[in-house]
Amino acid sequence: MADINLSRITKSFGDYRAVNQVSLDIADGEFVALLGPSGCGKTTLLRLLAGFEEPDGGVISLGGQAVADPANRVMVNPEARNLGIVFQSYALWPHMSVARNVGYPLEVRGLGRAERDARIAKALATVALEPYADRNPTELSGGQRQRVALARCLVMEPRAVLLDEPLANLDVHLRETMQQAFLDFHRRTGATMIYVTHDQAEAMAMADRIAVMDRGRIRQMAAPETLYREPADHMVAGFVGAGAVLPIDDVAIHDAGRCSVRLGDAAIQARICQKVASNSDMRNGRDLGLCLRPEDIWVDDAGTLRGSVEDCVYLGGRFRLMVRLDGDQILPVYATKRARIGEAVGLVISDGWVFDRTEDEAA
Amino acid sequence: MQAVSRLRGFVPGTVRQMAGNRSSDRLLPWLLVPVFVISILPMARLAIEGVFIGGVPSTDYIRDVLGNSTTWRATTNSLYTAGLGTIISLLIGGAFAFLVALTDIRAKAVLVFCFMIPMMIPPQITALAWVQLTGPSSALLNAIGMAPAMGSPQPLYSAEGIALLLGIQHASIVFLTLRANLRLLPREQIEAARLAGARGGRLWWQIILPLTSPGLIAGTAMAFVTALGNFGIPAMLGIPANYSTLPTLIYQKLAGFGPSVLGEVSVLAMLIGAIAICGVALHHRLLGKRDYRLMGMVGRPLDIRLGARRSLVEIVLWAVLIAILVVPLMGLIATALVPAFGVKLSLSNYSFDAFYEVLFVQPSTIRAFHNSFMLSVGAAVTLVAICLPLAYVIVRRPTRLTHLVNLMVEVPYALPGVVLAIACILLFIRIPVINISLYGTLGIIFVAYLARFLVIALRPVMNSFSQLDPALEEAAQACGAGVGRRLRDILLPLAAPSAAAGALLVFLTAFNELTVSALLWSSGNETLGVLIFNLDDSGDTVLASAVAVVVVIVVITLMTCFQLASRRLPKGVVPWQT
Repeated sequence: MADINLSRITKSFGDYRAVNQVSLDIADGEFVALLGPSGCGKTTLLRLLAGFEEPDGGVISLGGQAVADPANRVMVNPEARNLGIVFQSYALWPHMSVARNVGYPLEVRGLGRAERDARIAKALATVALEPYADRNPTELSGGQRQRVALARCLVMEPRAVLLDEPLANLDVHLRETMQQAFLDFHRRTGATMIYVTHDQAEAMAMADRIAVMDRGRIRQMAAPETLYREPADHMVAGFVGAGAVLPIDDVAIHDAGRCSVRLGDAAIQARICQKVASNSDMRNGRDLGLCLRPEDIWVDDAGTLRGSVEDCVYLGGRFRLMVRLDGDQILPVYATKRARIGEAVGLVISDGWVFDRTEDEAA
Repeated sequence: MQAVSRLRGFVPGTVRQMAGNRSSDRLLPWLLVPVFVISILPMARLAIEGVFIGGVPSTDYIRDVLGNSTTWRATTNSLYTAGLGTIISLLIGGAFAFLVALTDIRAKAVLVFCFMIPMMIPPQITALAWVQLTGPSSALLNAIGMAPAMGSPQPLYSAEGIALLLGIQHASIVFLTLRANLRLLPREQIEAARLAGARGGRLWWQIILPLTSPGLIAGTAMAFVTALGNFGIPAMLGIPANYSTLPTLIYQKLAGFGPSVLGEVSVLAMLIGAIAICGVALHHRLLGKRDYRLMGMVGRPLDIRLGARRSLVEIVLWAVLIAILVVPLMGLIATALVPAFGVKLSLSNYSFDAFYEVLFVQPSTIRAFHNSFMLSVGAAVTLVAICLPLAYVIVRRPTRLTHLVNLMVEVPYALPGVVLAIACILLFIRIPVINISLYGTLGIIFVAYLARFLVIALRPVMNSFSQLDPALEEAAQACGAGVGRRLRDILLPLAAPSAAAGALLVFLTAFNELTVSALLWSSGNETLGVLIFNLDDSGDTVLASAVAVVVVIVVITLMTCFQLASRRLPKGVVPWQT
C-alpha cells in the first residue's frame, strides 16, 4: 500500500501555477527523487507535502489519512505531520549545541532526559558524529552540518524524510560521500525518502524512482534506467542523460516494440514507444523523435552515417566527440581515440528510442 | 515503550486536533490588540476631537484650520526645516558611516561612540547649548573674547539654524541604519567591481551606493519623520524669531487656550500625522522595489586603503565631531559654571554653586532622576515583551491589518510629544469601564512612553526576524514545535541581541525625554526633561544648564558602561557596536 498519496494537487502563487494537477503515489520505504530544472515546482511540491504551503486544490494523504484537502477544509499543520525535513541551508539552530539540535524533536514531544540522551547518542552514531555532540553547529563543516540535520530527522522516527537539495551547498567530493551516507541511511532505516534535486546524476544514483518535473507538472515517473532508456517525451529525453533527440519522419514498425528508422543514408534499428507503435496517426507526420545515447554510437569508417567532428573532449578513459551530421544535427559520441576537429568520420548506431516528440501542453 | 507510543501518537490526528492547531495560529492577530490600545486608540481619541463638535460630526475645525494661512506657513516651514535637516543628517551621518565601515581609518570605536552621543542628548539641551555657544551672551565666547556684539541677532534663530541643529541631532539615525546595512555588504561584491575596472567615484556611485540604498532610504525616512516631529529645537530657536513649524504652532495654540483649542490641535496633529505617514509609505514603497539580498561571506570587514589621504580624512572627521559635540557641550558647561547668567566666565569667578544647588539643595533633581530611570527601564522591558511577538506577526504573517499596524506605530513617534500627551490625557483622564484616572500619576507618562517608543523597539526586532532564514523556523515546525514553542525556543533566542539593542535605545531615549512628559507631569512625578524645561522657563538658565550637564554625564557614563561590557554581551546588543 502506498504511504504517501498526492492527488491532483494544484498550487498557484498569484497568476503563476507552481504546481499543476500533480498526482503521485509513494510506497512505504521508497526512495523517490523529484528532478527538474529550477523553477519547475519541485521544491513547492515538497513544501506542500511538508505542510508549509497549503494546496489550492487536490488531496494529500499520509498513510491513507488526508492531511491537506482544501475542498473539505482539512489542513494539518507541519508540526503534526511527523515528517522530517532536511534543508539546503541545513537550518541548524546556531544557539543550540549539536546534541540539543538533534534532540529538539524529542524535547518538543516531552521525552525524559535519559530517554532523550540515549536516542540522541544513537542518532549521532548513525551519522558518525558522536564526538561532536557538545560542539556548536557553526564549528562544523558543511557535510557535518548536513549530517546533524539528518540525525535531527532520524531521531523523531518520521513517517518520511523530505530532502530539499541537501547537497547543493557541498563540494563535489563531499557530495559523493554524502550520497553514500544518505543511501546507507535509507538502507538501514527503511525510511521513505523524498529527495528534491536538479542534479540528474544525484537522482539516478540514489532513487528507486524518479519523478521528472517541468513547469509544474510531472512529465514522467519511472525507475532511473527506464527514464534513461525510454524517456516519455522530449523534455525528459533532453534533461536526463547525455544524448540527442533527432527528428525523424520514416518509421517501419517491427514486432515486439522494435522498428527501423532512416537517418540520412543509414538505417537504424531502434526500440519504439508502445503508444506510438500502436497509433498509426502519430507515425505519419514529423512529430516523432529518435533519442540516441552516446554509448550506443561507435565511430567506424565503414558506417554509412557520415559527419564531421566539431569538438573533442577527454573525459578520462574515453573521448567525447560532438559530430555534426549532414542534416546539421549534432550527436555526442564516445570514442577511444582522439579525433581532429573537422575530421570526417563514419558512425554506426546500435540502438535508439523512438517516441512522440510533441510536448503535451494540454495534459 | 511509553516514549515510542508518544511518538506514534504524534502522527496526523483527528480533525478536531487539526482545528485546534489552526485556531492557535488564528490567535496570533490578537497580539495586535495591545498595539491598538497603546498607540492607535489615543490617536483615534484625539482625531475625534477634530471632527466632532459637541458630539455632532462637523468639518468646521478642518475648514478653519486648513483655511488659515498660518497653518500652511507652518506646514511649509516644517517641510523646509525637516527636509533641509534630513539632507544635513544624510551628509554627516552618511559620510561617517561609509568612512567608518569601508575604509581603514583609525580609532573607529571611539569615533562611533562619540558620534552616538548627540542622539542621546535631548534636543532642548542641544538647542540650549548651541544658543549659549553662539549668541552675544555666550559664556564661552565671552570668556575668549569672541562673542558677537550685544544686541546683534542670534544667527541660529532662523530656519537654517533650526535645520542645522535638526541635521546634527539626527545624523546618528542615518549613521546607525546605514552602518547596519554596510555591515552586511560582502567584500566580494566590491572586489568584483574593482576587478571589473571600477575605481574611485565609479565604484562609489555604481556599486556601493546602490547596494546600500535600502539603508540610505530607511535612514532618510527615519531622520525625516523624527525631524518633522521635533519640538525642542524649533521651540528654542523658532519661537524667538517668530518662525513656527507645525509642532510649535500646536504648542502656541495650546498656550492660547480657547474653547476650540482641542479641535484645532487635533486637526493640526492629523496634518502632521498625514505627512509622516506619507514619508513612511514612500519609504516602504521605495524599499519594496529593491530586493538587494546580499550574497556572499558576510562579516569580513572591508578596508579600502585611503593611503596618504587617511590623516586628512581623520582630521576632518574629528573636526566635525568637535564642532557638533565638544563645542556645544563646552558652551553648556561654561553656562553651568558662571555665577549668574550673562556674567563673563573667567578663571577667577567660576563656581560649582549651580551643581550644588540642583544636586543637594533641591530634592526635585534626585526625584526626577529616580522617576526617569524607573519610567525608561519599565518602558524598555515592557516594549521588548510586546515587540517580540508583534514583530513576528508583522514579518511572518503579513496581512492587510499588519501592514496598517506597521504604518500606524510610526505615528505616535512622528507626532510632536505634546500632541501625544494631549491624546493620552483625553483617553486616560477617565478610563471607560473601570473608571480609573491615570492623570496625575506616573502611569500616564508610562503609557505615553510605550506608545511613543514602540517603533524604536520594534524595528530592530523586525529587521532581525526578516533576516532569519525561514528554514530555521520551518525545521522546528517539522520537528513538531507549535507557534509558541517556536517563538520561545528558536526565534526569541536568535532575536535576543536585536531586542536588547532596541531596549537599550528605548531606555536611553526615554531617559532624556522632554516633550511628552511636559504636559503629563504632576508634582512629585516630574521627569528630568520637565525639570530642565521648568528651570529654563523660569529664567534659571544656569541651574537648567547644570542639570543638563549632569544628565549628559549620566548618559555618557551609561553608554560607556555598555561599551565596556560589550565584549561580554552577545554580538549586536550594543546598538552602536560593530
